[in-house]
Amino acid sequence: MKKLIAFCTLAALCAAGCGKKKDEGSGAAPAADDKAVPAKPAESGQVSLNASGSTFQKPYQEIAIEGFTKSHKGVTINYGGGGSGKGRQDLADQVVDFAGADSPYKDADLAKNKGGDVLYFPILLGAITISYNLDGVDKLQLSPATIAKIFQRDIKKWNDKDIAADNPGAKLPDADIVVAHRSDGSGTTDNFTKYLDKTAKDVWRLKSGSTVEWPADTQAGNGNPGVAQIVKSTKGAVGYVDLSDAKASGLHFASIKNQAGKYVEPSSDTASAAGAGIEVKDNLLFSALDPQGDAAYPITYQSWVIAYAKQSDATKGAALKSYIRYLVTEGQSQLKSLDFAALPKNLADKAVAQIDKIQVPGAQ
Amino acid sequence: MQLAELRGNSQYADRAFRALAIGAAGLVLVILGMIAVVMTRRAWPALGGSFFTSIRWSPADGIFGALPFVWGTLYTAAIALLLAVPVSLGVALFITQVAPPWLKRPMVYLVDLLAVIPSVVFGLWGVLVLSQHAGLGRSFLTAGIILAIMITPIITSLAREVIETTPASEKEAALALGATRWEMISASVLPHSKGGLVGAVMLGLGRAMGETIAAALVIGSALGQVTLNPFASGNSMPAVIANEWGEADASHKAALIALAVTLFVITITVNLIATTIVQRSMKRSRGV
Repeated sequence: MKKLIAFCTLAALCAAGCGKKKDEGSGAAPAADDKAVPAKPAESGQVSLNASGSTFQKPYQEIAIEGFTKSHKGVTINYGGGGSGKGRQDLADQVVDFAGADSPYKDADLAKNKGGDVLYFPILLGAITISYNLDGVDKLQLSPATIAKIFQRDIKKWNDKDIAADNPGAKLPDADIVVAHRSDGSGTTDNFTKYLDKTAKDVWRLKSGSTVEWPADTQAGNGNPGVAQIVKSTKGAVGYVDLSDAKASGLHFASIKNQAGKYVEPSSDTASAAGAGIEVKDNLLFSALDPQGDAAYPITYQSWVIAYAKQSDATKGAALKSYIRYLVTEGQSQLKSLDFAALPKNLADKAVAQIDKIQVPGAQ
Repeated sequence: MQLAELRGNSQYADRAFRALAIGAAGLVLVILGMIAVVMTRRAWPALGGSFFTSIRWSPADGIFGALPFVWGTLYTAAIALLLAVPVSLGVALFITQVAPPWLKRPMVYLVDLLAVIPSVVFGLWGVLVLSQHAGLGRSFLTAGIILAIMITPIITSLAREVIETTPASEKEAALALGATRWEMISASVLPHSKGGLVGAVMLGLGRAMGETIAAALVIGSALGQVTLNPFASGNSMPAVIANEWGEADASHKAALIALAVTLFVITITVNLIATTIVQRSMKRSRGV
């Protein structure tokens, strides 16, 4: 009996402790007292929103949650990560209030969404770098066809004539190329391979998807940091890594030839420029890959917040609407410091306009 | 009178106990059966003709061949056993037969300590030390070494317990006949504990085949690798499931569940074989 009591006490302590830690993580420290009644939209206007999905947009979510909850006391937001696929699945099963995803639902899966129609809100753009580790080469230029040949192992040496043709006058060493890619299914892989499938159609054989059939003599790492680590620690390595992880690891990255024929370096600004040259559908779906414009970085991708158009809970729905508004307006200024790119103005305006399509019971 | 009352009570208690015991035993079977049924049903669309024979795994084309992953699982487990079994038996014999009494406890403690290290720690150590500093890369061999370290404590502690059951009389009989220490071990200790040792090794094998995170980190995640070259990158069933589940669509998920079913079947088969060997050798040693 004594043991049982001791155990219960321990469990209770742990639960309290863990709860506190989570709050700190999501940046809602001032609202420490709300924790006793977490999910209930109580009379005092306390509400908590849960979300999961894309790890790509997670750094932005964390900063945005911190900023938003400072001015909206009583709102707690948890963004769980787990990958775009998990986010879409969780939203479909209605276990989260919104999802983050780098690619939309497939049409066939839409019918399985328990809460009806969904709305897509673009929140950011980001660049995928081609990072490399090559002694004596600080500047590298690559065209889509050359990238395709490198990543499917048609080109195995750094001084190959195709790479030389992209880099007139550069001194390229006679070193072996080591290709690094993701071992886990990933939205980054999906967008990178979609880019090659689109721009190097005649050359690229591996098709596109969250996992593709990489040749056996390549190396795989877990997550963007895993690939970055292989590139950093392996001479002659090349891999696709998102801009913030590439910068965090201090990697060199190549300038990529865009649709206009210009070689452009990945940065927050060139990714933003990519946003200016894209076609956006009425439901705010688009692809930022291979955009028009001289200054646009071509391997740019995007992330959405997905939510149901019909909200069943008035308090939650209202909080969700104001949080999404924060993400596509005020929060946008934080993106550059995270090495993401802000939405171009016309797209941000469309996203704001779409917030009105979220129906909340009692309103209107 | 009192006795009769007591009897009456104990009859109920007995029945209750019987029901509880049967229920508990049945529950295990039900859970096992439900896992098998549900998993197989969800895996069904993927369990087509070429699932076990194709070496291509291409979610983009909807082609799912599990052969390289089955091979990777079996091959890394084999490497692990090759490395771990001699060491484990050596340690177990050292602790029970050779070590001075004051060293026994610390040795047992140390080996058991290995068993409580989380597998992700082993995996990260493998990535940082074996792959990079030792230059083994991410390969079947790296995974095999990590798995060997992980299963050593299991095999060692089971082997130690089995070996300790050797009756002192048998050991003393051998020594009395003039046997050296090794002759005593090979003539009385090993034959006596053979069944138990095989069981210990098989349990280690089961753990090695099911290990996920450590393998996923160091095996290299290369596709289509059915090769004996230990320095090649490969992939194993649990590693593929862990890596690809998050972003998988419907048919891809079915294929991953099919991998899980395959792993389930292989592990159960290994355990059944182990049990049979253990029982047979126990019968034999009783018969002699």
